[in-house]
Amino acid sequence: MNLYNLKYKMFGERSILIEWPQEINNNILQNILSFKNELKKIYCGKIYAKNSYNSLLVSFPNKINTSNTIFKIDSIYKKLKYVKKQIYKCWEIPVCYEIEFGKDLIFLKKQLSIDIDEIILLHTSNEYKVFNIGFLPGFLYLGGLNKKIHYPRKNKPDLYIEKGSVGIGGGQTGIYPNESPGGWNIIGKTPIELFNSEKKRPCFINPGDNIKFTPISKKKFSLIKNLVEADEYKIKKTMIND
Amino acid sequence: MIEVIKTGLFSSIQDKGRFGFENFGVPISGSMDQFSYAHSNKLLNNKDNDAVLEITMTGPELKFHEKTKICITGADISPKLNNKSIGLNFIHFVEKGDVLSFGKIKYGIRSYIGIKGGFLTTDVMGSRSMCLNVTNSFRIKKGEFLKFKPITEIKKNSYVSEIENFDHFKNFKIKVYKGPEFNKLSENQKNKIFKKEFTISNYNNRMAYQLNEILENKLKPIISSLVMQGTVQLTPSGKLIILMRDNQTCGGYPRILQLSESSINTLSQKYYGNKIMFEII
Repeated sequence: MNLYNLKYKMFGERSILIEWPQEINNNILQNILSFKNELKKIYCGKIYAKNSYNSLLVSFPNKINTSNTIFKIDSIYKKLKYVKKQIYKCWEIPVCYEIEFGKDLIFLKKQLSIDIDEIILLHTSNEYKVFNIGFLPGFLYLGGLNKKIHYPRKNKPDLYIEKGSVGIGGGQTGIYPNESPGGWNIIGKTPIELFNSEKKRPCFINPGDNIKFTPISKKKFSLIKNLVEADEYKIKKTMIND
Repeated sequence: MIEVIKTGLFSSIQDKGRFGFENFGVPISGSMDQFSYAHSNKLLNNKDNDAVLEITMTGPELKFHEKTKICITGADISPKLNNKSIGLNFIHFVEKGDVLSFGKIKYGIRSYIGIKGGFLTTDVMGSRSMCLNVTNSFRIKKGEFLKFKPITEIKKNSYVSEIENFDHFKNFKIKVYKGPEFNKLSENQKNKIFKKEFTISNYNNRMAYQLNEILENKLKPIISSLVMQGTVQLTPSGKLIILMRDNQTCGGYPRILQLSESSINTLSQKYYGNKIMFEII
């Protein structure tokens, strides 16, 4: 694995912020995630680590000596070149793109001058990379939206967006894991639960995984929804190698 | 069991926090003032992660259906047991049928009701801390029953403990470290931030405290990046937002300062109109 020129910064009294070059790409993400895993392994659960597009935040339970800690974790990074690439999954997320669920489809069709069928096709043909999960529990920051369907988020956010709604906000697409206010243009809805705090693994998707949206009918939507509620729906997944 | 007769302004069960799920967007949560929270468990000889009831400004009215011991720490919201004033930082024996209520605020805004053995409400992902979008409810509800393990001990006289540190409530100096984007600030901004007094706005809650004063700002938003409890963000309009316990796990505003752990506790006892000053460590 290639190594980058990292910047280490003290962040408060017990955390270190590690920064990669300020660009969004998959190689950087893989590098961050491998480092995160390695640190977790070495510190065996004694640290907390979370990542974003270009950075990793490592927090210790108590006050740290910053320079010693940076020296130690950087030596772990240097050995990363011998670490094998991790294997990630691609999850198939069924989405119903009926007007009833995608209340901004007609608006987008007019604004982008693209037929609704074409919008759906463009939205479902790519695989998206999960760079980060945050903002709301289970909210995925996805990369890879086709430029033709980029559209700015609303100036005035909607007060109520239903759980499972799929939207477009600028160059990003995403799913609302819970009902919430939000400014994205809604194009569909998934019956899948992205976050359920009662489950052993509240969020089944991990940063580094891919997701792919598959269009489903309204009938299939309610069928899957029932299965999800009965905890009997198995989400399709494949291993990815990129 | 404790029966919630009145909820108070905002009362929620809290503990140390929910750790290990931040990379799924789950806030750590936990008691806003970890200092007063820890004090209550310590006095009760509880485990250090036992759950307490955090109350805010206007206290609840609670009826005990079993015998226990309680200890109230943090802000002084004039606690009363069966309408008789009781002291803070004391262990009080509570009998079946006793009613705990509150009155006027004397200092601070968040008070902690610790109970022997801790509250035994639902554990969600390793914590009992209530939080929006994570637990079923994010505050206690009227008519709700809160579980705990009753005691069989015979009543003894209440006993006083060491007095809580009053500096914690009087202090208006908020100790900070430089944040990751501090060096992007202009010299003028850097000077101002440590010389100016800031006022807490009416937008202050468990998620964040916003400050009223504007720090003229030309910094652009950054790529959505990692933040934590106590991170001070500078918004494009020049307002400062200090993230608190139920904070979002990432954000796109420059992170200019980071509060020390003890200053997060200090700040959590402040409210609308209070003045603070930042002091670099």
